[in-house]
Amino acid sequence: MKNHYQLVIVGAGPAGLAAAVTASEQGISCAVLDEQAAVGGQIYRAIESVPEQRAKVLGTEYQRGTALAKAFRESKAEYFPNTKVWSLTADKQIGLLHDGKSKLITADQVLLVSGAIERPVPFPGWTLPGVMQAGAGQILFKSSGVVPSEGVVLAGSGPLLLLLAWQYMQVGVEIKAMLDVTPLSNHLQAMPKLPRALLAHHYLTKGLVYQRDLKRAGVVTKIGVSDLRAEADENDELQTVHYRHLGREHSIETGLLMTHFGIIPHIWLTQAAGCKHQWDKSQQCWRPSHDKWGNTSLQGILVAGDGAGINGARSAEHTGRLAGLQALYALGVISEAERDKQSITERKWVKAERHIRPFLEAYFAIPQEMLATHAKDTIICRCEEITAGEIRTAVEQSHGDSNQVKYLSRCGMGACQGRQCANAVAHIVADAGGLAVSEKSHFRGRPPVAPLSLQELASLSEENV
Amino acid sequence: MFKQLPNSDVEMVDVFLNQQKISVPMGTSVAAMALSNGLRSTRTTVISNSRRAPFCMMGVCYDCLMIIDGKANQRACMTHVAQDMHVESQQRVGPILGEVL
Repeated sequence: MKNHYQLVIVGAGPAGLAAAVTASEQGISCAVLDEQAAVGGQIYRAIESVPEQRAKVLGTEYQRGTALAKAFRESKAEYFPNTKVWSLTADKQIGLLHDGKSKLITADQVLLVSGAIERPVPFPGWTLPGVMQAGAGQILFKSSGVVPSEGVVLAGSGPLLLLLAWQYMQVGVEIKAMLDVTPLSNHLQAMPKLPRALLAHHYLTKGLVYQRDLKRAGVVTKIGVSDLRAEADENDELQTVHYRHLGREHSIETGLLMTHFGIIPHIWLTQAAGCKHQWDKSQQCWRPSHDKWGNTSLQGILVAGDGAGINGARSAEHTGRLAGLQALYALGVISEAERDKQSITERKWVKAERHIRPFLEAYFAIPQEMLATHAKDTIICRCEEITAGEIRTAVEQSHGDSNQVKYLSRCGMGACQGRQCANAVAHIVADAGGLAVSEKSHFRGRPPVAPLSLQELASLSEENV
Repeated sequence: MFKQLPNSDVEMVDVFLNQQKISVPMGTSVAAMALSNGLRSTRTTVISNSRRAPFCMMGVCYDCLMIIDGKANQRACMTHVAQDMHVESQQRVGPILGEVL
């Protein structure tokens, strides 16, 4: 690894791979840093090693990743897997951990394509063994061929839940129930956005086919579920899922519950660098502010893909290319006219991929009472084990902003550094009469953005002697 | 709760899960290996000693921390199995710094 590159790309998902191919074609020095062991990000995870049979079940959208990974491997971009980026400054200095050693490198242009994480939505019992995120279930399947052996209950909201159920069905996994938490009011809110969504009818058709197949297979789907609760056995491991549907209490015995509440941009690096962020009301998440090329508020720091705002894997590929072109233009490698010319097709695709989004965002919006839970004993900060009740008390004792709640309660100070609680804390603070959810209500992000041992940090001194 | 689908194309490696020798396909993550070999929880928490298991499988929740080859607090979802690897469930903070199991 060199000490300086013209372009450093953080992330090797669709946006990062596409950007790297576009940029390195012009002969610039380009490095791609990624925390995973192989290319593809989460969406095309294990794309280069997946057995044929499994790839078939994962579907054609997944297999699109093959061509992208191949083009990347043939490019001149330098690729560093298993590399954790723990810092980025406004003057484009990057702190990273590679092979157990820390290193600081610099770049003229930095493209952050950190992708998305699943939106953590706390509910009673969500920390129990046996409760995991649906994306986790899909990763187990994609990368290791590991699937539930004694059935699973799927609960939450969003297209991934349906896709995972359908994929599980293909390999004979029993779906005990699908518990959809979207209320009827969502469906009404989404209706005016349906005409535009019809322009992307291939996505809608796919969803309807999955629904039909699941129904035919006898999978029970309950829509408008509330009061989701996971209960433990004497070993403190999941035994029962409770919920309310059509005014009645129900419960299912299960050792496994997978939940999904949509995905949100992973913004820890843009935060650390000091990029401006905004609260996206429709997507119910924070995202870095950026222009149509991916430029953030800081010069030379760009974003693309789902890390810039949730638009899906196909869109990520196109926004990645646009950011790659912009980086080339900023480096003086291509002219403005050349950049604009090459971007025409990409921009058309980005626009086409946007058609379905307003509908999906309204239809699958998470109910407010789930975002800001009133269940006092529910753990919000999984690391420091801080409950909703403790957070509400901290709001009363402070000026009512997330960062003060953090100082008073320690929520967000554990190993995940707030990734699992920042959302819920901001919503609970707002609900308890504190600061409204806005660009100001996220925990302040500071480097290192990921846990780093003192030994790993100290290795910097050897490096820079 | 989990099983691994058969995949005959892949080389197997021997690993030790809580001192028990098992055979696992290469490329499997440590978390996937633990879950598909009967572990329901993989650690207990520092604060209340409650049981936890892998939750996000993508390296952001830090709930899958295990002791891997004597080193505590390793993310099992971000580590792949290797020949003769030793994996242990972790209690609270795990062995103190420098202490090897």
